[in-house]
Amino acid sequence: MATPAAAAHAAHEHHEPQSFWRKYVFSLDHKVIGIQYTVTALAVGAIGLVLSWLMRLQLGFPGAVGAVNPTNYYQFMTYHGLIMVVYLQTAILLGGFGNYLIPLMIGARDMAYPTLNMLSYWTYLLSVILLLAGYFVPGGPSGGSWVLYPPQSITAGTPGSGLGITLLLASIAVFVVSATMGGLNYITTVLQMRTRGMTLMRMPLTVWGVFISAVVALLSFPPLFVAGVMLLFDHLLGTSFFIPTVNVLGTVLPHEGGSPLLFQHLFWFFGHPEVYVVILPAMGIISDVMATHARKPIFGYKAMIVSMAAIGVISFIVWAHHMFASGMNPFFGYIFAATTLVVAIPSAMKTYNWLLTLWKGSIRFTTPMLFTIGFVSTFVIGGLTGLFLGNVAVDLPLHDTYFVVGHFHLVMGVSAILAMFAGIYHWFPKVTGRMMNETLGKIHFFVTFLGAYLVFFPMFLMGFQGIPRRYFSFDLVAFAPSGLDAVNAMVTVAALAVGAAQLVFVANIVWSAVRGREADANPWQANTLEWQTPQIRPGHGNWGPKLPEVYRWPYDYSVPGAARDFIPQNEPEVAVVSPAAGPEPEGAGR
Amino acid sequence: MMTMTTVITGIAFVAVHLVLAYFVFRYSGRQKAEHVEDNPRLERTLLLITSLLIAIMLVPGLFAYSQVIAKPSDRLVVEVLGEQWRWNYRFPGEDGIFGRTDVRLITSDNVFGIDPADPTGADDIVIVGGPLYLPVNQPVLLQFRSKDVLHNFWVPEFRVKIDAVPGTVTESWFTPTREGTYQAACAEYCGVAHYVMTSEIHVVDAAEFEQWLAALPTVAQAQE
Repeated sequence: MATPAAAAHAAHEHHEPQSFWRKYVFSLDHKVIGIQYTVTALAVGAIGLVLSWLMRLQLGFPGAVGAVNPTNYYQFMTYHGLIMVVYLQTAILLGGFGNYLIPLMIGARDMAYPTLNMLSYWTYLLSVILLLAGYFVPGGPSGGSWVLYPPQSITAGTPGSGLGITLLLASIAVFVVSATMGGLNYITTVLQMRTRGMTLMRMPLTVWGVFISAVVALLSFPPLFVAGVMLLFDHLLGTSFFIPTVNVLGTVLPHEGGSPLLFQHLFWFFGHPEVYVVILPAMGIISDVMATHARKPIFGYKAMIVSMAAIGVISFIVWAHHMFASGMNPFFGYIFAATTLVVAIPSAMKTYNWLLTLWKGSIRFTTPMLFTIGFVSTFVIGGLTGLFLGNVAVDLPLHDTYFVVGHFHLVMGVSAILAMFAGIYHWFPKVTGRMMNETLGKIHFFVTFLGAYLVFFPMFLMGFQGIPRRYFSFDLVAFAPSGLDAVNAMVTVAALAVGAAQLVFVANIVWSAVRGREADANPWQANTLEWQTPQIRPGHGNWGPKLPEVYRWPYDYSVPGAARDFIPQNEPEVAVVSPAAGPEPEGAGR
Repeated sequence: MMTMTTVITGIAFVAVHLVLAYFVFRYSGRQKAEHVEDNPRLERTLLLITSLLIAIMLVPGLFAYSQVIAKPSDRLVVEVLGEQWRWNYRFPGEDGIFGRTDVRLITSDNVFGIDPADPTGADDIVIVGGPLYLPVNQPVLLQFRSKDVLHNFWVPEFRVKIDAVPGTVTESWFTPTREGTYQAACAEYCGVAHYVMTSEIHVVDAAEFEQWLAALPTVAQAQE
């Protein structure tokens, strides 16, 4: 009775689900889970975007939107930051791209632990619900800023310091649980589930990026979990991990002996690696999209992996550069300045390699490629401004000014988001079988990219003037230059334009998913395995009866003498007719 | 330091973008790309140049930092207390010693929580909410405390920026070199009125400073 296909299928861990619920809602399929992660993260991200508009309206046109007051401004600020960093970027880059792409790119049928994978998504959704529930409790959501520094975050002078902060901390703890389940899964899958021939040094850089990012996340999230739980104890049980004897608005609180600095160390031991948790998968995506659309191998593949690993390791010894003005022992300044500037070296190497990938390429100006080029630009300015903030003597005047806001938005906000868009435009045909509209895509890119510069570049100049961040209004700031209001108004207009461009993106997604041009099996003529599936939209188990076999690295683009300018990873050894009759080109058959 | 960092990163920014723009236009729409995998020699050169530039910024930066944190010997000591949402100042008075304090003793009449049992506190001079006067060309050591949450004392012209942390004392110093009016603003988010937590600072000549200080009541006088 058993056909070979059925036999292969039976060997597979789980059977193809039949019911709607098992297939699309409580699915164990990594592709469905990846899409669930992506859609949820984008929806939460849309909330984060709207919150930024409300803040920008207040800053650009103070009082114009009467509904914005200091209380809800600081709540918007808190939620905008946490949503964008954690619930959008971390979730979409690891949970979305990681889930969808890892098994397809390494030639596996699914993740190593499909049930854990499903749990990871539902736990993430629970964390999102807990987060948003803050808006529906008495006192409203927490306004403790995304760093949640105690005592401020749990004391009366901050909005939402009752139920709001409780829900927020619970949400963060639940998110860490979700990220831990996901991270274990990505790591195990990459190490254990690669198909025949897919050696580690033949993995696409996207997989490398997600893999290293997952390792960094697994090691850095526990301190956040611990800090969150300890803060929750201080808040609910009256412990004093972080709270010394304080008198808040006339009331002496029943705490003594706690250390506010301890929280900052724990938070940034998570918080700095978190930047790399977000940017490492982004770097991987950028590398693969760039190589494909420039028709060239990524320049210095090994150097790219080594630099990502170096960034991952160094990311754990730089955290206190966020605390140069915190009152910690000033001696730390020397050490953390040195380690921080060292991390610029592998980052610079990656930038050179991206530039050198474009060098002598055959660049196709597709929408994903435009986002990729934009990423290189914003990553460079974000990284270079990091050299100011890492160097302790230079940092002190700039600390907690708008310079910092410009820096981290460009380097981990805009850059990672541009990479996310590059990835969405690039892999949309894989997911839906249809191409996204290129015209709308280009409008989306140019408004977003140029708008991001208009929004964040002036912030560097504001930072040089000493303008502090997290200010609801600058009316009382005597050292604010006279042109500040005009600049703030311009920034707000640019931010609203960038926001409008995201509506174009949403329209493009919806329209293209239904009406978009039907995609070929391999529309970008890419080498990586996900484009070599038997069906354009891979079915359950991804590969049909037989797993693909890998014969080469993923960057055999424009190999001299080859018939086409790409050789997919699962294409067996091909006879390369070298015109010079010399030794076989290095790339072929690697 | 700031200038050098700006120059080096500015040049790097322009250079990378020129190269990026050149490559993007030069290699767009070409028929065939060249198969180049890497170039270890070029990569080593770039690594070396980058490391050198980083060192050029880091080493003088660390040296400058050593000066930032070296305390002056001839100094005027002022205590600064951050609270939601104002800055308060305290001079030690004639005895040069600050009276002992305790957060539990803080009231609206005793914003520093000075212990009445400590005789050294009687001649302390307290300024609630400012303004603070400082003599020109006199090194000032500020000692920061907070009674409630984190605050940060930020005066752009003085390059002073340090958190006031409840439960501990932090320090910063500077020498004002120009007479005039300045402003301290809070640069560590401290709750809903963070943005109004400012305070005026006047840098005046020594005689005017002495006059101002002498006219202020001591803690003992204020209680009478």
